[in-house]
Amino acid sequence: MVYLTRIEHFNAAHKLYNPDWSHEKNESVFGKCANENWHGHNYELVVTIKGNPDPSTGFIFDVKKLSVLIQKHIIEKLDHKNLNLDVDFMKNKMCSTENLAIAIWSELEPHLPINAQLHCIKLIETSRIYVEYFGE
Amino acid sequence: MNQKVAVYRKEHFNAAHRLHNNNWSNEKNISIFGKCNNPHYHGHNYELIVKVVGVPDSETGYVIDTKILSDIIKTQIINKFDHKNLNLDTIEFKQLNPTAENIAVTIYNLLRPHIDLNKEITITLYETERNFVQYPA
Repeated sequence: MVYLTRIEHFNAAHKLYNPDWSHEKNESVFGKCANENWHGHNYELVVTIKGNPDPSTGFIFDVKKLSVLIQKHIIEKLDHKNLNLDVDFMKNKMCSTENLAIAIWSELEPHLPINAQLHCIKLIETSRIYVEYFGE
Repeated sequence: MNQKVAVYRKEHFNAAHRLHNNNWSNEKNISIFGKCNNPHYHGHNYELIVKVVGVPDSETGYVIDTKILSDIIKTQIINKFDHKNLNLDTIEFKQLNPTAENIAVTIYNLLRPHIDLNKEITITLYETERNFVQYPA
């Protein structure tokens, strides 16, 4: 079993705001992340797949094809977008890094070939904050 | 000791923005600014480096106390821009397009009155890892 990782990035606006709560409660729970007019980040997306290398190519999966899949299904939908307003798969969800990582897993996983399993979605929100999701 | 030394302080802020020229049509804005023109904004982790050049003080050995420099940057810049929408939430970019270039010049102008004039300052602003600007050039 070998693990293969591809790193992509996107820049997006978002806010952490629960519409079922009062403005005051949102501010008390989410602090400055609740700013009504949004803020934003440079996100780094680290996608790791696992599998056994194909004897004829030596690849688990052609990493260029993995990059194209991530670009098409994830980056094109997220890059230079407002995560709360512009992204179909984040509608009615809280736009936390945790939820975004889970959603990226769900979007990407169906497009991988049978012999390559998704292992980890690591989503880096700032140089000091990141989450990892292993599909559990 | 009367040699000039450069002192640097790094800070960061996360903000939303949109590149848009009010005097142009939507079509022209999209054609010039592309995805940066998204009406719902997008955002960045901005990394700010402030360089201060001067001769170390004979009594303290400092060009500038970096704690004081940090406090000036926090008060004048970070508190205004961090977790904000640069277009909507700041006075500075109500009319001015918040490109990295314009943000760097604005930061310089905001900091300059708070640092002794016998010290030169230079602003380096990273919008992404790959895109950064410097002022004065």
